[in-house]
Amino acid sequence: MNAAGPDRRGAFLRRLAALVRKEVKQLLRDRSNLMMGIALPVVLILIFGYGLSFDVKNAPLAVVMEDTSPAANDLVAGMRLSPYLDPRPVHDMPQAERLMLDREVNGILRIPPDFSRRLTLGDAHLQLILHGADANTARTVQGYVQSALQAAGTREDSIGSVRLEQRLWFNEANTSTWFLVPGLVVLITTLVGAFLTALVMAREWERGTLEALFVTPVRPVEILLAKIIPYFGVGLIGLAMCLLAARFLFRVPIEGSLLLILLVSVFYLFVALGIGLLISAVTKNQFTASQVALIVSFMPALMLSGFIYDLRNMPLVVQGVGRALPATYFLQTLKSLFLAGNLWPMVLKNCAILLGYAVVLLAAARAKTRKRVG
Amino acid sequence: MSDTDALVARGIGKSFAAAKGSPEVLALDEVSIEVGTGAISALVGPDGAGKTTLLRLAAGLMVADAGTMIVLGIDPARDPQAVQDRISYMPQRFGLYDDLSVQENLDLYADLHGVSREARRTRYTRLMEMTDLGRFTARPAGKLSGGMKQKLGLACTLVRSPELLLLDEPTVGVDPLSRRELWDIVEQLVREENLSVLVSTSYMDEAARCARVTILHEGRVLAAGTPESIRGTAAGLCFAVTPPAGQAARHVQAALLDDCGIVDAVPRGGRVRVVCTKEATARDDSLPAPLAGKDAAAVEPSLEDGVMLALRAKVHRDFATAAAVGTSTARPPKGDGKVIEVTDLVRRFGDFTAVDRTSFSVDRGEIFGLLGPNGAGKTTTFRMLCGLLPASSGSLRVAGYDLRRARARARQEIGYVSQKFALYGNLSVDENLTFFGGAYGLHGARLRDRMASVKAQFDLDAAARTPAGQLPGGFRQRLAMAAALLHEPEILFLDEPTSGADPLARREFWRRITALAEGGTTAVVTTHFMEEAEYCDRVVIQDEGKVLALGTPADIRRQAGERPQAQLDMEQAFIAIVQQHRKAERGSGQAAA
Repeated sequence: MNAAGPDRRGAFLRRLAALVRKEVKQLLRDRSNLMMGIALPVVLILIFGYGLSFDVKNAPLAVVMEDTSPAANDLVAGMRLSPYLDPRPVHDMPQAERLMLDREVNGILRIPPDFSRRLTLGDAHLQLILHGADANTARTVQGYVQSALQAAGTREDSIGSVRLEQRLWFNEANTSTWFLVPGLVVLITTLVGAFLTALVMAREWERGTLEALFVTPVRPVEILLAKIIPYFGVGLIGLAMCLLAARFLFRVPIEGSLLLILLVSVFYLFVALGIGLLISAVTKNQFTASQVALIVSFMPALMLSGFIYDLRNMPLVVQGVGRALPATYFLQTLKSLFLAGNLWPMVLKNCAILLGYAVVLLAAARAKTRKRVG
Repeated sequence: MSDTDALVARGIGKSFAAAKGSPEVLALDEVSIEVGTGAISALVGPDGAGKTTLLRLAAGLMVADAGTMIVLGIDPARDPQAVQDRISYMPQRFGLYDDLSVQENLDLYADLHGVSREARRTRYTRLMEMTDLGRFTARPAGKLSGGMKQKLGLACTLVRSPELLLLDEPTVGVDPLSRRELWDIVEQLVREENLSVLVSTSYMDEAARCARVTILHEGRVLAAGTPESIRGTAAGLCFAVTPPAGQAARHVQAALLDDCGIVDAVPRGGRVRVVCTKEATARDDSLPAPLAGKDAAAVEPSLEDGVMLALRAKVHRDFATAAAVGTSTARPPKGDGKVIEVTDLVRRFGDFTAVDRTSFSVDRGEIFGLLGPNGAGKTTTFRMLCGLLPASSGSLRVAGYDLRRARARARQEIGYVSQKFALYGNLSVDENLTFFGGAYGLHGARLRDRMASVKAQFDLDAAARTPAGQLPGGFRQRLAMAAALLHEPEILFLDEPTSGADPLARREFWRRITALAEGGTTAVVTTHFMEEAEYCDRVVIQDEGKVLALGTPADIRRQAGERPQAQLDMEQAFIAIVQQHRKAERGSGQAAA
């Protein structure tokens, strides 16, 4: 038995090397794999970095000047200084409403005729109407208007006026690329790990190549490892591209340790590979595998991980789904490592959760990948 | 079990869960087989007979519900890996990696089987010599022809000498020449390395080369034994009937097949090969009753005759109903002459010429066959004839219309039955017919008339409300033909209608086509079964996009070098013609050089 040990390991390594060589050659020769593994991440980086932004700049705002006093004019002038607002004075409400309906403006600020009189009494009222179709933009504009008014108000020596100073922690300038980049890392790792891997493995089931491979001394674990190794590599390339883009293209600060970022990404990559291999072993069909991978990994990572929408604002059931997603923990960890620094308790807890997911999913993929057909 | 058997299976049963709601499908029922060491055994049967299931059970890729299976002394259900370490298996769609070269595919399997560098060198040389793939080692497997792919697949399973070789339909869709070469390779290895082989096939001539044959039909063993013993059951029952002058063999064959004293009748080599029932042949010396007054002579039985005898004993099939089709579609022919005229037809895909300067014509009421292996260009030609694919150059007239100008009007005159089932599986027979009738512009009373008429013709009345997807294979083909004939087209196109069908279904199909042609409908049929050319009035043989031969089956055989003392069957004729052609090509190539 002892003599058989190294022998068996030799055979295992020889077969694994042969399968990995085959996988790498196929990866390099099949253009669609390369497109999805390398080109798509680049496109995503560019879209998310440049095309997609939740920032609102120069938001057009109709200002109905029912009061033409110097105080009202000062107010509008103050808003004009803000880089976030673009006030457009109009004469009456109907005109403002038309602009709003045509979506020429994001909101209407009405300065009533008694504005300056009541301002001296410390009891001035303004009406702000926002276009609610895009709630995110509406809220952002509301914030800008309030702070612009605040700024105007502080210049007056009005009695009882309260100074409200807003500060955004961890993202002082509120630049959305800063929190988009960690999300991008999650998306790209999911794409390569789960989606691409599910596709290439399902292709082998579908084309019948596995049936021939099964009736050789090859072991299922070797087949799985031979898929994991090259696609782990592709995942790392995607990750490296994201990190380089984050640092040099978008200038996202990396407050925490780079090593920790790499470590948690590796854990998540294993989770994604486990999802991909499990999906392909169950569906055994490229089309179904790609649909399932999209629905169970990519879409939730986009919508429910807290990437775009804050989980805490969601209904309890959806929150539950979000909390069950490995992507949520990966994103949470990445966000804090990028923007806040090494929050050890959270990082350790999330790493443990991700590692647990990886072990369970890979074990399930192994259990489901049996040398059986039909 | 005996020491000389590489595989023994006893009472194997296996069923599969079919679609939701429907009962389980019994793929194998009480099947027993043996595979002797150092010999080739064959599993013979049509699609769905259970061949692949049995091979997968032997390879440890499935577990049987009942019975015992011992492969090389091991139970593959209990220890599949131990079996898989020692055998080789070539699935039907052999898993070659298309992106990898011939050499890389071979290397992968050699690495997986742990073949040493030294052993590899001698083995590769030998395999390359046998398969003639030596010139293509750097070519990606995806760019090989069908025959070469099969040879590479076989080579991959032979990177080392396995103790048992399982081959699942290794020759399906392969041209007769490559088919013969594949068998030569296997037989050579059996002789030299004492290889044990279990091969599944739907070709009787292949089964006849094996030491032992098991005939499967719908999951059960129909007959088993040596080819001689199965052939022997038909001894004294087989005759060859020469048709009277001026009559085609298929007309005589059709009439004989309808006779209840006859087990089987097929056109072969210009004559009709007949197997009579024992009852009909009981009288001594004189001819059996159904053949009385005919120019018939007793012939040696073939394996197929024995199989047909066993099959007809189990399955009742009345061919006379299939013949009813002709009389009801009979209509005055719209004049004589050519319904299809093809001149210098060319179709290129990039730099690949799929069809090269092809010319032929088809007369009204003819059965016209397009013959050739996969990749010969018959499907491409076929699609151009149906107006599904534009030609690169050349002219095409179908039913009097120029396909380049009046494609839509030409389509009104043709019916098309594709190789895959192209009707809606979740619509009933009636709903499918209503839909296709509407697509051809039929409605109201006319549509009702036509539907009633085709349902009667194709015996579909009982199944009118059944979803098409739940019909058995033979029914589906009848429905597909019924749908294609709703608008009473002049020409019916059928793409590989008999591929994978059982022998009875194939005979029934040709019986229908013969009847249709008698009614004046022209039929254009593709097939890779060379012997089916005998049902056609004229055939064109294609290989690598070129027309190699055109004419009646007798013309083709003569062109292949048939003499009265050396009769050829269509398969031999095909091989002879391809070899003549290749020799001529080489000759002209050398002359040019």
